Order: sequence, then C-alpha cells, then structure tokens
Amino acid sequence: MELRSNEPDKSIPIEQRWTKHKMAGKLVAPANRRKYEIIVVGSGLAGGAAAASLGELGYKVKCFCFQDSPRRAHSIAAQGGINAAKNYQNDGDSVYRLFYDTVKGGDFRAREANVYRLAELSVNIIDQCVAAGVPFAREYGGLLANRSFGGAQVSRTFYARGQTGQQLLLGAYQALERQVAAGTVEMITRSEMLDLVVVDGKARGIITRNLKTGEIEPHVADVVVLCTGGYGNVFFLSTNAMGSNCTAAWRAHRKGALFANPCYTQIHPTCIPRAGEYQGKLTLMSESLRNDGRVWVPRKKEDCGKPPEQIAEKDRYYYLEEKYPAFGNLVPRDVASRNAMYVCDEGLGVGPVVDGERRAVYLDFADAIKRLGEPIIRERYGNLFDMYERITGESPYKTPMRIYPATHYTMGGIWVDYNLMTTIPGLFAGGEANFSDHGANRLGASALMQGLADGYFVLPYTVGNYIGTEASKRIGQRTFPEIGTDHPEVQKTLKDVKERIKRLMSAPEPKYGPDYFHRELGKIIWTKCGMSRTKEGLEEALRQIPKLRAEFDKHLKITGTGEELNQTLEKAGRVEDFFELGQLMCIDALTREESCGGHFRAEHEEDGEAARDDDNFAFVSAWGYTGDTAKPELNKEPLTFDYVKPSKRSYK
Amino acid sequence: MSTFNITLHVWRQKSPTAQGKFEDYKVEADEHMSFLEMLDVVNEDLIEKGKEPIAFDHDCREGICGMCGMVINGEAHGPQKLTTTCQLHMRQFKNGPFDIWIEPFRAAGFPLVKDLVVDRSGFDRIIQAGGYISIRTGAPLDANATPIPKAVSDMAMDAAECIGCGACVAACPNASASLFTAAKITHLGLLPQGQAERPERARNMVTAMDNEGFGSCTNHGECESACPKGISVDFIARMNRDFVKASATAYDRAAKSDGD
Repeated sequence: MELRSNEPDKSIPIEQRWTKHKMAGKLVAPANRRKYEIIVVGSGLAGGAAAASLGELGYKVKCFCFQDSPRRAHSIAAQGGINAAKNYQNDGDSVYRLFYDTVKGGDFRAREANVYRLAELSVNIIDQCVAAGVPFAREYGGLLANRSFGGAQVSRTFYARGQTGQQLLLGAYQALERQVAAGTVEMITRSEMLDLVVVDGKARGIITRNLKTGEIEPHVADVVVLCTGGYGNVFFLSTNAMGSNCTAAWRAHRKGALFANPCYTQIHPTCIPRAGEYQGKLTLMSESLRNDGRVWVPRKKEDCGKPPEQIAEKDRYYYLEEKYPAFGNLVPRDVASRNAMYVCDEGLGVGPVVDGERRAVYLDFADAIKRLGEPIIRERYGNLFDMYERITGESPYKTPMRIYPATHYTMGGIWVDYNLMTTIPGLFAGGEANFSDHGANRLGASALMQGLADGYFVLPYTVGNYIGTEASKRIGQRTFPEIGTDHPEVQKTLKDVKERIKRLMSAPEPKYGPDYFHRELGKIIWTKCGMSRTKEGLEEALRQIPKLRAEFDKHLKITGTGEELNQTLEKAGRVEDFFELGQLMCIDALTREESCGGHFRAEHEEDGEAARDDDNFAFVSAWGYTGDTAKPELNKEPLTFDYVKPSKRSYK
Repeated sequence: MSTFNITLHVWRQKSPTAQGKFEDYKVEADEHMSFLEMLDVVNEDLIEKGKEPIAFDHDCREGICGMCGMVINGEAHGPQKLTTTCQLHMRQFKNGPFDIWIEPFRAAGFPLVKDLVVDRSGFDRIIQAGGYISIRTGAPLDANATPIPKAVSDMAMDAAECIGCGACVAACPNASASLFTAAKITHLGLLPQGQAERPERARNMVTAMDNEGFGSCTNHGECESACPKGISVDFIARMNRDFVKASATAYDRAAKSDGD
C-alpha cells in the first residue's frame, strides 16, 4: 500500500505549513454542521478536548468512555507537566527549539512537519487552559511558573503541583460537560467499543458493549475518532490504569487501519518495584528524584539479601556514576532503565524475592540529606516520599528507596497522516492512540502537550476538512449515504461481536480467569520485548505467544453472564487483543535491525550505546492486518529530515 | 514477608433491584498488598471456583482517578487518612481488626449498580449545571495577560484537587454532595476568569445538587475527614456565601436594570 502522509509540500517553509494547510482545507458552514454525526471514543485529553471542541463547533457528537465518568481517563495520572514554547523565562526557548528537541529526543523517527505543528500549538494550549481555569503553578508576581525537564536546556514545563494531568483533564472534562449541557455532545459512559463499522470503505460507526447491562449496541455516524490511549498494558505490569487497553485501536487495525511502530515503547526508570506476585500495577515516581538520589546495588551477590545499612561503602556499586561519569545518575530514561536491568540480570538486585528473583536497585538519599539537610529534601520530594512510604511501608528518609523500571508510554500506535486520519477514510486517531509526533522516544512533559494539541487544535480542523471535502464531491446529494443500524454491514459487525463474546464465554476446558493469561503474556513480552531485545529472544517470544494463546482459547474461564456487569468478560476481550498486539510488537522489533529510542536491540550497539541505522531504517513501519496475525504486511513510510540533521546520542 | 488471616464480609448484590446481603470470605493477606490487590486475589480464586467475582470500580490505582471507593469497616476509603481505597495497604490491618466489613458507598444520589459499584453520574450532572468557565476553543488571551496572586491560585488549586470519588457523600449523615460541589465552585470562583459566571454557577450547581437527591449540609464535617485529598469544609462556607449572595442580589435582574 502506498502511504500518503498528506503533509504540506516540502517547498513550503516548515513554520508556514500548518497555517497554509488550514487555509487550503475545506470548511463546513455553521448551519450545516449539525447535520453531521461524529463519534469520539475515549475521553482523555485528546478525546475529551476533541469532543468538546467539535460539539462547540456545532457537530452532533457522541463521546464514549469505559469508566463511570469522562473525568477518570488515565491522562489524569500524569504528574510532571506540559511543555510549551512560551519563552516566559527568557532563556532562549522558541517554537523552533521545542521542535528541534522533540525530533532529536524522538531519535529521528518522527515526521518533521507533525512535530513542528505540535511545537507551534503548544503555546495555544497554555492560553486555552488558563482561560478555562486550570490552576497552573504561579510565581509570587502572579505570573506562570516553569520548571525544567529532561531532554531540554530551557525551562518550558508548566505544571500544577504533582497533578498536571489531573488539572488539564478536568479542564477538558468541564468543557465537555458544558457541551453535554448545551446538547451538542451525548456522553455515553460505562461503554466499551468492541468493533468498528466500515461501509463502502469508510468508517461509519462502532459497536459497543454497555458495561452495565451487557447489551451490544450499534452506533452509526459520519466520522469516527479514536482517542483510546496506548497499549502499555500488553506488559501486564505497567504504570497504566488497570482498564487501559488496546481493544478499540486493535479492532480498527483488524478492519484495515495500519498500525505503526508497535515496538517503540517507553520504560520509565523510577517506579516502585513489585512487592509480590499478586501485584497487577506499578506506580511511577517522578524522575526528578534522580537529581538528588544515588543509584546503587551491592557489589557482591551475597550482600543482596542484607539490609542496605549493613553494606559498607566500599561494597556498594554506584554503577551509573562509574559507567557514565559525565551524566552519572542523570543519564536519560532508556540508559538508566537498561542498566538497572543489567545489574539485576547479574544477580545484584535487591529487595524481596518475587517470582524467584530480586528485581530492584537502591535510590539512596543519605548523601543528599547529609549535604542539604532533611528539611530541604522534604521540601523537594516530600509528597513523593510520602507516597513511597504509603505503598511500601518504608521511609526514604531512613532507608534507601527501591526502584525498578516499568512501562509507562507507547510511542507506536495507529498510523495517521498529517490530518490524523488513519488508512480507513473517516477514521481518525488522536493522542497516545496514534503513532505521530514522538518518534521512537517521547520526552518528558510531551504527552499532555500532544493529547491537547490533537484534541483542541488539530482534529477540529482536519475532521471538518474531511467532511467538507466529501461534501464538495457530492454537491446536491447527501455527503454520506444515510445508513441506519439495520444496515447489513452494521448488523454483520454486531453479529461478529456477539459471536466473539459467546466464544470467549465458552472455552472448552475453563480453568483460569483472564488475569492468569495476561500475567503470563506480560512475562514473555517484558523479558523478550522489553528494555533490551535480541533476535533470539524475539523469535522465542514468537513461538511462546501462539502457544499461550492456544491455552487461553482452551482454558479461559469467565463466570457470570454476558447480560450484566461482568468485569471478567471485559478483561478477557482486552487480553485477547493484547495477544495479537504483543505478537505484532515482537515482529516489528525483530524486523527493525537497529537500536533507536525505546527500541534497543542488543546486537546493535557501539560501546554499550544504541546504534541507530539511518541508512536502512529511517522509515515508519506501518503494519497491515492480513487475517494471519503471524504474517502481517509491512508498509514503509520513508522519513526525511530537512531541518534537524540526524546526530548520535551519547551520554558518556 | 508477613501474612495474616482475615475474614471479609462483603456486600453482594447482583443488580439494583436484587436483594443484597453480606457474604464471608477467608483470606490470607500479605501486609504489602494493597486493599484492592487483596480483593484481586479473592476474585481470581472465586473465578477458579466457578463463582462470580466481587464487582468493584477501580482504574488508576494511584489515588488520582477517583474511580475506586468503598466503605471499609464503616469508613469511606477505610481507616487511613488522606488515602483512597487503592492506596490503602493491608499493613494497616496487621494488628486487626481481622474482620473487615466492605460495603458500597450508600447514598440516595448514588444508586447501586452491582456489589460495590454505584452510579455517580449525578456528579457529572452537577458539573453540567455550571462547573466550567464558558470559553471557546480558539484564541483566548495570552496566558500571562492576567496575573493571579500566588495565594489565590494556590487556594484555587487546593479546591481543584478534588478527585470526584464521592467519599464525602458516603461519609455524610445527610448524603450531601456539598463538599464536591463547593470544591468546584471555590476553584472557579477564586479565579479572575471565573467571575463572570460566578453567581449563576453557585445557584445552578447547588440547585442541581438538590435535584440529584443529595442532602443538605448540617456541618458535621465528616466529609473533610473522609476526603482522600483533604478538601476543606471551609469551601462549603464559600459556596453558601456565593449561593446566598447570588440569590439575594438577583444578579441577572440587576444586570438587566442596568441598561434601563
């Protein structure tokens, strides 16, 4: 398939592309907008902002979320902040610099035009959010405060205490509820999209399961927008919410939407390690901790079970400080994560034994407390230390924290063009659900920025442009042929969904709930397609996944019925889709014979650092569904860099 | 690793109209488990035994999404202060009580769905009545055009931290949603951007709260002590002041007569 990015012509200077693109786009007159129905799936930053903005423009919008309220989407859990090229600090920031940092941070695997637009829109986001009442941190003079974040030499991160995601999401949620009150948006909660309806090659609706009653419901529309988040829960253990899943995206993929770069996943180095096998979720702690904490493990295996106070200074291995003298404990996320894994692989991990091994390293604040005093440390990290103590029962003021990396964000996602439209006309994808903007690695404080840029400022234009373009093709007729829920294609999709549920509920030899299989799948993906990947390991994973899948098909056990609230059934469907996505992730990782960003192939390194191969791999891998999940079709979108010249990352 | 035995008495109710009752489960708890992880273990076991697992709402498990919430031994979100159910850990029960009673948030405004799951959509409708600033997506002023004193902004943030879990309603003897409603009215009412709609906001949101079947505030203060985010009851006083002021001055009539 030929992939058309539909970005503005490269002869147009990059800073004018979005403006000219908008100008060239078609509009829909105000009186006509209410004739068009738009489905938005997901109510996080991207979905909530898109639904609110499209509703406000006058379109007839239906917005869906699986939680009991749109205010619960996982955007809410983002702690650190949101980047914007405001240059309020007069420290040399600019749209161009944010663009540059993001392309470089993404390890030269993102589309330049998309990234520039993101940087350009970042300033509008802050204006919009302040006007909507988001209480960003302020200085004593009453102006907005900023802090600095990894991957940048300027202070451009806006924040609201440690709850920036919460405040931004509530801003979008309030705008959304305002539209619900105005009657332009119908909000459908506790409802999960289980399939996409495609009629005559265009996305025309979705099939949902009402999670309260179990009813399978068809919804038709003229445009479908997926803002359904990332797929980090394929690892079972991640910092994602328990409900975060890939089902909507995956079902769209099965209906023809290409899936791009699934192997680009981000592992965050500072999470609270697992305390026991029963644990189903990890908690992230801000990376800022590495500013004052020193990372170490014992030098000798026999010391690993001892309390840290009993290990003499000379027996402590400060591995980041020794291996990376220039950056020390502040090496980038991927380097910090990988090295934690290496020392644990060597048997030097600390903390309780879980699943037969110790998987944690110390993050020690003793020196910082000695140097700065406890009050200063409390002021800087008090809330994080409290959170750590609440979860582990240990005080980081008295004993070193234990940390270990965990999956946190997925850069890969549904392939979209410059308009955020997928390869299915009429199907759009925004936020973490799409693959655009972050390349192979996302910089801190950029996820919130992308979600809101897509939702508030990109989708409202590009969805309108799609409708306007279709309308101009059929003057005097209906833009989109009228279809009802009785349309054969709707009914067929409905039937498929019902049959799938029936199949899930009637495994031949039911034995285990979906969590059992999810945990086992997660182990395969985490060890074989996690922080460090090898050809051998990936091939092994590709043999193990189908075997486990066969077990799942045979032994899945769901109690209760499909005609009521049934959380086991919900989970089972999501786990089934993670099987297929996990398989594609491994195939993608195996195909990409280089190391870049979040994708590290142990065979491709130089002096222990990731070795990117721009000659052979400067492209987006966009995978097509063929009916056989073991044999997806690879499509390549070549990437060219006219503004930011590819360079090597080194932190020694 | 230290484990101990507990007996759970969990409210089981198949549907809104079915008769509910407590059912007992014996569990070996690990002190490092979170309360919800302990329930996960119970549920996995129930599924393997062919029984229906306990339905409960949860999502982020980081204490921020507001989805989880149950009454544990008579207290919304359990015994630990400033902690949501998902952040509560079993070490809190290491020294007893070893009998743990788990019930849904019970309130007229929160109809039961199943087991421990309740319908909190009334909160969304209170927000719909005015819990926003009417600003269009597009070209607002530059973010720094209106300085806001840090103290004011900080107080707005104190109120904005509400996670909408509903513990305040569950803890209140009147099942009032005053703390939730007041938190939003205070957050937006403190900011310069929120002034234009301030009187209508207070009037409409308080009316919506009444219409949803939530009770009135009679100053028990149980809400603040159950709130996992420590939202202050002082905000209820601010809400009442805004509400009375809006009703007494009949802001919109006054605005109309201005033009006469």
